Amino acid sequence: MEYFLHILILINIYIIIALSLNLIAGYTGLLSLAHASFYGIGAYATALMWLYLGTGFWLNIFVGIFLSAVFGIIVAFPSLRMYDDYFAIATFGFQMIMFSIFNNWVDFTKGPLGIPGIPSPSVFGHAINTHIGYFFLTLFFAAITYWLVRRLVNSPFGLVLKGIREDEIFTKAAGKNVTKYKILVFVIGGALASVAGALYAHYISYIDPTSFTINESIFMISIVIIGGMASLNGSILGAVVLVILPEALRFIGLPNSVAANLRQIFYGLLLVLFMMFRPKGFIGEYAIRKK
Amino acid sequence: MQSGKSDFVLKNINKSFDGIQAVNGFNFEWQDYKIVGLIGPNGAGKTTLFNVITGFLQADKGSFLLKGNDILKLPSYQIVKRGISRTFQDLRLLRQVTVKENILLWHLNQVGENPFKAWVRGTKYSEDQAKNNARADEILEFIGLQEKQNDLAGALSYGQQKLLSLGCALATEAEYLLLDEPVAGINPSMIDVILKILQELGAQGKKILLIEHNIEVVRQICDWLVVMDEGRKIAEGMPDDVLQREEIIEAYLD
Repeated sequence: MEYFLHILILINIYIIIALSLNLIAGYTGLLSLAHASFYGIGAYATALMWLYLGTGFWLNIFVGIFLSAVFGIIVAFPSLRMYDDYFAIATFGFQMIMFSIFNNWVDFTKGPLGIPGIPSPSVFGHAINTHIGYFFLTLFFAAITYWLVRRLVNSPFGLVLKGIREDEIFTKAAGKNVTKYKILVFVIGGALASVAGALYAHYISYIDPTSFTINESIFMISIVIIGGMASLNGSILGAVVLVILPEALRFIGLPNSVAANLRQIFYGLLLVLFMMFRPKGFIGEYAIRKK
Repeated sequence: MQSGKSDFVLKNINKSFDGIQAVNGFNFEWQDYKIVGLIGPNGAGKTTLFNVITGFLQADKGSFLLKGNDILKLPSYQIVKRGISRTFQDLRLLRQVTVKENILLWHLNQVGENPFKAWVRGTKYSEDQAKNNARADEILEFIGLQEKQNDLAGALSYGQQKLLSLGCALATEAEYLLLDEPVAGINPSMIDVILKILQELGAQGKKILLIEHNIEVVRQICDWLVVMDEGRKIAEGMPDDVLQREEIIEAYLD
């Protein structure tokens, strides 16, 4: 039962991540490989706040949101001048920088040793320290994220994002300040991903830089692409499938070491197959294509 | 025709690319015209002039006085907000969203453009949405695309796409419409539909500046003509006068 709940908790966390990344990549068309940075900022913000100041989850997530928003503004900048593949490469650079900070600023972040013992959050005075408790906490945040992103994409704001994705010049002619929207979408998407990071840090109670690598960013974008660009339900489906998949591999009796490698191969293969045969993902409304 | 009385004055607009003077000291004052035709051979600088005065290209020199304010240096999205809306020669649209959404995008200063207000959705948001929705329906009816409103814009015929881009420009409620070849490449019956719409807009008080190669079209709907060649204005006047001048005919035959 706990194992089952563990999987569900991870799914909830990845739903938040996928929805927030879909806002950036699926709706606005900005293929970002820096999303694990925002996730990491949220996780490190809460862990370090607790470590140095002893503050709790509810305050710390706002610190994470704030720092992610600042980082979002920075990541958005190359998107003002670079497009498509070039932009993706620039975000790759930001991801490397963030990982490097988590990993090498040992005095502050504890580096590769990580930060153990992150305590449980409490809700109305009750400590969340059971799997069922974490399940509901993460479900609560996933539901809020879904509701928020859904309202955004079904509004004039969301229409502007789609406009930027399909034709920036047209969108400027329509009187929209494209620069402002690109920055906003990274601020919002990044802030949401940081909440997922904070949830992860408290749930696992230990974080180290290996959870926030470029591989993690690629995994996140895989969820969005395979689930379906610009589809919220696609992001949920993508998170469910890609979180369960490696677990399923475990059940077919492969030793853990083999299963872990197979998992990477599987993700890679899935991406290749989807790009070749179904670029819209499971239920996406938009396919990556050359403009 | 006194200087300083017009609301729309282009003064000494210059734009060059790699040493080639695409627009060369262009001057124009909009008097009491409804539909102005901008004609000239290919490469005369007509589209470049459009791009410069709508903020999509930075002018090297000159000014664009709109009701006395120089707006030439403003970014494109602000120029629209001053009442200058445009379409594109290469027919830009959002092909993967619906016809109606294409129009909805062009309403200016929508409450729901603010993500926070789009999230909270207070009464101001709802009222604004209802207003824009109703206005989009009016525009769709006016351009005759109401039955296609839920189709993807990319699924429309070429002529319908031209109509839609005109509808988009209307949604800004701009006083001036700058249309880059609104009837080029479409079939004659659709041309008539679009020309009727343009004349109707002129009658409603819109001021239209259009680039057009089809001399018959220009003669039919324009009440003023400006002729460009090699980046310069070589003539302007009433269509019937301008179109019989020899130097104009020569420029076209080149």
